[in-house]
Amino acid sequence: MTFSNSLELLAFHQTAYTIYAAIIISVVAWFGYNLTRENAKSVVRIPFYWYMAFLVAGGVGHHIFTYNAIPWVSEDISRHNITPDASYEFEIKDHKWIGLPKKITIQCGQTIEFNVKSHDLVYGFGLFRQDGSLVTQMQVNPGTDANGILDSNEMLWTFNHNGVFNLTSTEYSGPEQYTEDGKDLMFVPNFVEVVGCKGDNK
Amino acid sequence: MSALINGTNFDHKSLNALQKVTLRAVVMSFLFFGLVAIEGMIMKLVQTGPSNPLPEMFSHPQHYFSIMTVHPIVGIFGSTYQLVFAAFMFLVPFLTKKPLYSIKLANAVWLLITIGTALSWIAAFVWQYAPLYTLYWPLPADTKQFSVIGGIVFIIGVALIMVGTIGFIYNIYATIFQKVGVHANKTTKELLISGFGIDGMLNLWYKLTGRQPYSKEPALALPVVAIFRGTVDTFLDAIVILSAGVLVLIYLIFDASGSPLDVTAIDALLYKNYFWWGLDLVADGLVLIYVAGSWYLLATLITGQKLFMENVARAALMLELLVSWMVWSHHLLADQGQPEMMKLISGEMVTAFELLTQGLALFITLVTLWKARPLKMTFPLKYLLGGLVGFGLAVPAAIIQADMGMNRVLHNTQWIIMAHVHIALIVGLYMTLYSAVYTLWPIVTNNTKIWSHKLSNLHFWMYLIGGIGMGALGGMAGIDGMLRRHLYVHGEFNTLMVLSAICGTMVLIAWAIFLFNIVMSVGIKGLIGIFLPAEDPSASYGIEPETIAEDHKVEEK
Repeated sequence: MTFSNSLELLAFHQTAYTIYAAIIISVVAWFGYNLTRENAKSVVRIPFYWYMAFLVAGGVGHHIFTYNAIPWVSEDISRHNITPDASYEFEIKDHKWIGLPKKITIQCGQTIEFNVKSHDLVYGFGLFRQDGSLVTQMQVNPGTDANGILDSNEMLWTFNHNGVFNLTSTEYSGPEQYTEDGKDLMFVPNFVEVVGCKGDNK
Repeated sequence: MSALINGTNFDHKSLNALQKVTLRAVVMSFLFFGLVAIEGMIMKLVQTGPSNPLPEMFSHPQHYFSIMTVHPIVGIFGSTYQLVFAAFMFLVPFLTKKPLYSIKLANAVWLLITIGTALSWIAAFVWQYAPLYTLYWPLPADTKQFSVIGGIVFIIGVALIMVGTIGFIYNIYATIFQKVGVHANKTTKELLISGFGIDGMLNLWYKLTGRQPYSKEPALALPVVAIFRGTVDTFLDAIVILSAGVLVLIYLIFDASGSPLDVTAIDALLYKNYFWWGLDLVADGLVLIYVAGSWYLLATLITGQKLFMENVARAALMLELLVSWMVWSHHLLADQGQPEMMKLISGEMVTAFELLTQGLALFITLVTLWKARPLKMTFPLKYLLGGLVGFGLAVPAAIIQADMGMNRVLHNTQWIIMAHVHIALIVGLYMTLYSAVYTLWPIVTNNTKIWSHKLSNLHFWMYLIGGIGMGALGGMAGIDGMLRRHLYVHGEFNTLMVLSAICGTMVLIAWAIFLFNIVMSVGIKGLIGIFLPAEDPSASYGIEPETIAEDHKVEEK
């Protein structure tokens, strides 16, 4: 099983967690009911060591599963050894994007590097679909090196589906990110467009 | 009307000093709970969109984020800390059969936390100081966006809370290490070994190597061990928050003096690591350990039996000490400057270990209850099961996100704050605390009758369904991309927010029902009497813990 984008992953996550939630609520409800019964007998005996082994398998197996099923994990870990198809670098200061291209057009399957630098506060860099769902994100920390050069916050992302994505900061940086009536001043509509993939936009 | 004035059979004059100081903190805790629930509902209603019934000012960013800043301060410190501290300052003397070290200090604790919380709230309300509880550097020192005075008042408030917290810590350890009563002949070393759970670990090791147990009768009861262990994290957390507060205060004072300091002197990522290390001790150290200890206590009090696998439980509490210190990096998985090995080891692997420690606590509690069946479905048992459900839902929700793959699409969304934090606190922690309240109610209030069991039942179901519903629906919005620290005023996630708000309203109404029931039980006179000086200065309580189990036994036919 491999997830080609966040939509597929999140749909799987929602289904799996909903099933788990229903199970855990039902088990405790059943347990509570049987606690009050005189002749209640164990339906299953769960040996302690098997239970612990199950928890270990769940905790470790979850990461092994996602490492193999989510492509951006290995890409992120080894990003310094990957040559991107294109790189975009821009900055943020006083809740404003600086040097931001008007629009980025990406061919299907291209791996893009985003390098964002902050002059002042902690911000976020997040791409969103038109329906508001999250494509990807990272934190943008401020800071400079000994020579006064701004610290990089870089992320690689491979786009496998067509789509037009909006940009905004995903981290709170104070109320001045918004106008008095709640308009997000860091929101950039239709910032990224991915083209050339077969099938519908995702 | 008579019940409203006089209560059922509550007599505040019969309470000793320990009982009164416990109840004072409990009262303040539930008042702050009401405030935090109202704040939460205001934010929730703003998120439903422009047709919400609130005045427009609540949708203004300054106002909205001021509320978001104090919401966790009031909720976690004003309410949760107060309730937990009150329970533990009563339980440690109760379980060790020794007097509390200092009633005066216990009074100072609830007063400091109350005043500190109020000051922080005032800073946000009056000056709209809104750097959020995360205090990401240099936002709290950003005087272009925030008032210096507001910042100073806020930080003083938080500092008072932390000073109160240190007072609690001192009182707990001073009580545990008092060489009186059953501990008259114990050495400090014996109490330390027991407090850290080392005796449990040694007992297991001796059993494996075919030797007699290291300690047949550990110096400290298991719940006291959990309190001892959790309090280590409470201390470290207090030091970190206090030192971060001092740093912010220094910058604000220099700014006010006209000679602002250079904020870039502090590395934002290093600060984030330091702050999260401390802050995470609240969630992953303090809460999980205190909760595990509370479950063990409640299970043994309800059943009147020894805890299942007690040595394993003791050893696990020792292990949690190390685990809780090494998990903070799961908050920094979206920070690209964070070293990958720290993300992998601290953020993923050690964090996943919490599934084991919490799963173990769940298992031990359930088996202890199961072995004692049949039990009456009393309020303490009912709420305890609710607490187990809460953590059963909330812990895996966080473990799922503590993963480099999942974090990329869930970080800073409503998933973590609603499906994890709110369900862990509202359902997991508070249900456990309600169980403790109902368990301890007869002994703290000298057998005061609860005014209405029907209302207690109504509170339980509304609170449980509302709490889970609000968290789950908010979590779904997170999956749909809704951020947690962002202003949504156009009803972008309207359907889920409306449903979540309905569930949140259930929690708020449940709180009102609980409060009404308690006021009707103790009466207005009694409520005032709690805050009057106690005639009996005793700092301990004499009932044996074993007697509580009698209320939960099914009568033999």
